[in-house]
Amino acid sequence: MKEYRTINEISGPLVFAEIDEPIGYDEIVEIETPSGEVKRGQVLESTSEFVAIQVFEGTEGIDRNCTVRFLGETMKMDVTEDLLGRVLDGSGRPIDGGPDIVPDERRDIVGAALNPHAREYPAEFIQTGVSAIDGMNTLVRGQKLPLFSGSGLPHNELALQIARQATVPEEDEEGEDSEFAVVFAAMGITAEEANDFINDFERTGALERSVVFMNLADDPSVERTVTPRLALTTAEYLAFEKGYHMLVILTDMTNYCEALREIGAAREEVPGRRGYPGYMYTDLAQLYERAGRIQGQEGSITQIPILTMPGDDDTHPIPDLTGYITEGQIYVDRDLDSKGIEPPINVLPSLSRLMDEGIGEGLTREDHKGVSDQLYAAYAEGEDLRSLVNIVGREALDERDNRYLDLADRFEREFIQQGYKTDRTIEDTLNVAWELLSMLPKEELHRIDEEDIESYYLEEEAAEVAAD
Amino acid sequence: MSQATATEDVREDGMITGVSGPVVKASGLEARMNDVVYVGEEGLMGEVIEIEGDETTIQVYEETSGVQPGEPVENTGNPLTVDLGPGMLDSIYDGVQRPLDVLEAIMGSFLDRGVDAPGIDLDATWEFTPAVEEGDEVGPGDIVGTVPETESIDHKVMVPPDYEGGVVEEANSGEFTVDEPVVVLDSGEEVAMRQEWPVRRARPTVDKHSPDRPLVTGQRIQDGLFPIAKGGTAAIPGPFGSGKTVTQQSLAKFADADIVVYIGCGERGNEMTEVIEDFPELPDPQTGNPLMARTCLIANTSNMPVAARESCVYTGITIAEYYRDMGYDVALMADSTSRWAEAMREISSRLEEMPGEEGYPAYLSARLSQFYERAGLFTLLNGEEGSISVVGAVSPPGGDFSEPVTQNTLRIVKTFWALDADLAERRHFPAINWDESYSLYRGQLDPWFVENVADDWPELRQWAIDVLDEESELQEIVQLVGKDALPEDQQLTLEVSRFIREAWLQQNALHDVDRYCPPEKTYEILQAIKAYNDEAFAALDGGAPVDEIRAADAPPRLNRIGTTEDYESFVEELIDDMTEELRGLY
Ligand SMILES: Nc1ncnc2c1ncn2[C@@H]1O[C@H](COP(=O)(O)OP(=O)(O)O)[C@@H](O)[C@H]1O
Ligand SMILES: [Mg+2]
Repeated sequence: MKEYRTINEISGPLVFAEIDEPIGYDEIVEIETPSGEVKRGQVLESTSEFVAIQVFEGTEGIDRNCTVRFLGETMKMDVTEDLLGRVLDGSGRPIDGGPDIVPDERRDIVGAALNPHAREYPAEFIQTGVSAIDGMNTLVRGQKLPLFSGSGLPHNELALQIARQATVPEEDEEGEDSEFAVVFAAMGITAEEANDFINDFERTGALERSVVFMNLADDPSVERTVTPRLALTTAEYLAFEKGYHMLVILTDMTNYCEALREIGAAREEVPGRRGYPGYMYTDLAQLYERAGRIQGQEGSITQIPILTMPGDDDTHPIPDLTGYITEGQIYVDRDLDSKGIEPPINVLPSLSRLMDEGIGEGLTREDHKGVSDQLYAAYAEGEDLRSLVNIVGREALDERDNRYLDLADRFEREFIQQGYKTDRTIEDTLNVAWELLSMLPKEELHRIDEEDIESYYLEEEAAEVAAD
Repeated sequence: MSQATATEDVREDGMITGVSGPVVKASGLEARMNDVVYVGEEGLMGEVIEIEGDETTIQVYEETSGVQPGEPVENTGNPLTVDLGPGMLDSIYDGVQRPLDVLEAIMGSFLDRGVDAPGIDLDATWEFTPAVEEGDEVGPGDIVGTVPETESIDHKVMVPPDYEGGVVEEANSGEFTVDEPVVVLDSGEEVAMRQEWPVRRARPTVDKHSPDRPLVTGQRIQDGLFPIAKGGTAAIPGPFGSGKTVTQQSLAKFADADIVVYIGCGERGNEMTEVIEDFPELPDPQTGNPLMARTCLIANTSNMPVAARESCVYTGITIAEYYRDMGYDVALMADSTSRWAEAMREISSRLEEMPGEEGYPAYLSARLSQFYERAGLFTLLNGEEGSISVVGAVSPPGGDFSEPVTQNTLRIVKTFWALDADLAERRHFPAINWDESYSLYRGQLDPWFVENVADDWPELRQWAIDVLDEESELQEIVQLVGKDALPEDQQLTLEVSRFIREAWLQQNALHDVDRYCPPEKTYEILQAIKAYNDEAFAALDGGAPVDEIRAADAPPRLNRIGTTEDYESFVEELIDDMTEELRGLY
């Protein structure tokens, strides 16, 4: 082992040390303070004369007299099936008082890129029981679908509801176990928030099928850059070695990105937009792209990253770069939340890019695509009319417009609104959708196949509306 | 340096002095700019991007974790080149032309590093039929024979552009590997099926002309309002989720090009997987053969090394030029050019170059125009014509088109398909904004549409544009006073423009029928809407109330023409019904 006492600069989360033998890029470092405390870090830049080290646990207490040890390897995660049921800290060490972890394998946490040729296109419908998702933005196994939220909004309730309710109906019918195993990675969230998750996992018994990584708000921020990598390495092992269907919840990605920015600033890098590093897109892609399916493999990784948009602004680099990488996004909306809609999902800017392969005849129902498209168009039109009504009043609208307005209201109150405890089947969801669509004359439903209109259009509903 | 000759003639050695992400510094290396080098014990492929005194800076095309100062660097003495020859179609490459299927066979599902694989299979044999005889005189670019490469494409074997040429002494027919000489010239030059070409240099042609034929896209708004020429350039900027990829994929599927080169540059893995799964199944609307038979895919996804992302557009355009040299019409899609620009920025910032606008290097604009300059309709070295059309997606941060990549691209390209988040939100697809988009090719392509589709193509299009313009003016009034306050004729205009938007401009890329709309059908749909317009206004003039006109049963069927396979009889019947119904109102 290479050991030095040559620290000559400490700057924010970075330590610079002189060396006289080659050190590998990305190599793991241990820094021992005179008092015996050991901190871990990673080589960010390696030259013949010096190395720059990023210290995960923060640089407080480090001085020139510390010992720097280079471990000769890049960061690894000890993985084993026994991790299920365990709670670890943000660096992967158990904090639940349980037994030591006996690794089955040690894996590099940087994770190699999945060859696009080896991927299998995700197409298995996951029923989350949430209409706004299942009906309008369907999630499939192997997808990465983030929640775009804001501070103080109930994204955690929604994430928990998804984790509780998610099943694959196709497999349930065949009597297979379609339950997910969960990897939960907390990055800089409060202890209270983290406990909400853990308590819910415990209450429902989900903890036994979960691996929890905890970097809390008062934990070192630089550690947040490794926590999701440890989590995803664990998920990859369980999915592609042990055949589990993994649901990975990463929260809060905003804190992760802040840590990246902190390191970039300490390195005096040329900053990109709003001070975030120019390589943040690449860095985030290396996390998000670890979701997916592999041809010929049992398991899968579905990712639900959660991020709070600073100032609720989706053009902020964190949601913006995320949206450019993930396979859609679900918006948790402040206005709907203040209207009391649970979950307050705004479907208009939300999107599931992998929806189309996972829905339709034999998968969900033959009318699903048309119903979703039609509801989108109708709700968007109703939304537009709301602002118009504010100016000209309802009387200035014709009958057609009035129906669209009513539909938009009912859409929020009956379709989106369901509470965090209700688990709707996809049939339920589509049936609610038809109650709304039947408010419109059949001719307006041109995004839906005529045969489907024949099968599902509710004449009584239509008659009622006409009578009003 | 091509993958095929990777192990030969390695020159001087140097030593690594520093590693930071994809950028490695070395000393003692004798190298020229852009030489390909092998870095470290594992021999990671890289390219020289800066030379300063004894220090050479290298961008590495593979992950550099664990690489140490002191490890060796070998120079190949050659620039980054691609292997050109039969077998490129129906293939998928990474950014430095390593076949991803071969890599999977060697290293499994995840991409390991330090593995080379030639761009074309050196052991495979191909049936070569000479097109020249002993005694024929041939020069650079001349076709000396053909190879059936796929069901759709005959691969033309050409005298490489840097040959002298001469009289054919030997022309062999039969099965050969790509490196065996098939034609021998009296100059002593031997022509084989494989050529190499440095990716950063355009392949030579005689000259470039103004294009006069459309690249027919099969998309109504594109062919109908904003056409692109064969040999033209286009940009598709838009925020995430607005439809850049779906539009690019639709072009790759349905455009009437002979060859498609599709570059997934720094985007999602699953999108490439989708192409790999779909294209072998989908028929090319021109030939009926599987689409893969005319397609070459390049996938350097967002999680793959960033330096190879920088090079992937060059790899793609060089392959496109090679097929153009055979006389083909090639269409190249790059999704997304912003990721390429960001890769430049990332490398540039590691070099501590002076940043330009928003941290992009000062040469951003020059690189973009050099790339798009490689598009065009050309007279080839052999006197024939060939074209490359280039369509680049642009991913502006926050959807803001004022940023440098969008702005620099707009200065170059002649077709602009502006995607709009608001349209996408209401699921109006393709979300191409008809007010902001433009095509500078419209005028020069009209004669083709007049001759091949309909005499009044330009007039009918202008009518549609006028109605849409009027609609946006009326919408402003409606926002203030409501629709009912408008005069009846203007209310009717809004009705007509709604049909133009919903029945004509909208096109569902995911619908089996609607996804491809030949220009004749594009014309027919608009023609039917015009017929409705004329009948509806006649009814209004005849005294029918606008509410009744709007409530007519037949017109909403206009919205179903797009999804109707047998549209001709459908349209005929619909026009009859509309006419009868509307005339019945007065
Ligand atoms: N022409 C179209 N027809 C139907 N749906 C479309 C069309 N264009 C885009 N979409 C929808 O929009 C989503 C996002 O499109 P995509 O091309 O992936 O956006 P971008 O590349 O701009 O992020 C797609 O998943 C699809 O659902
Ligand atoms: Mg895209």
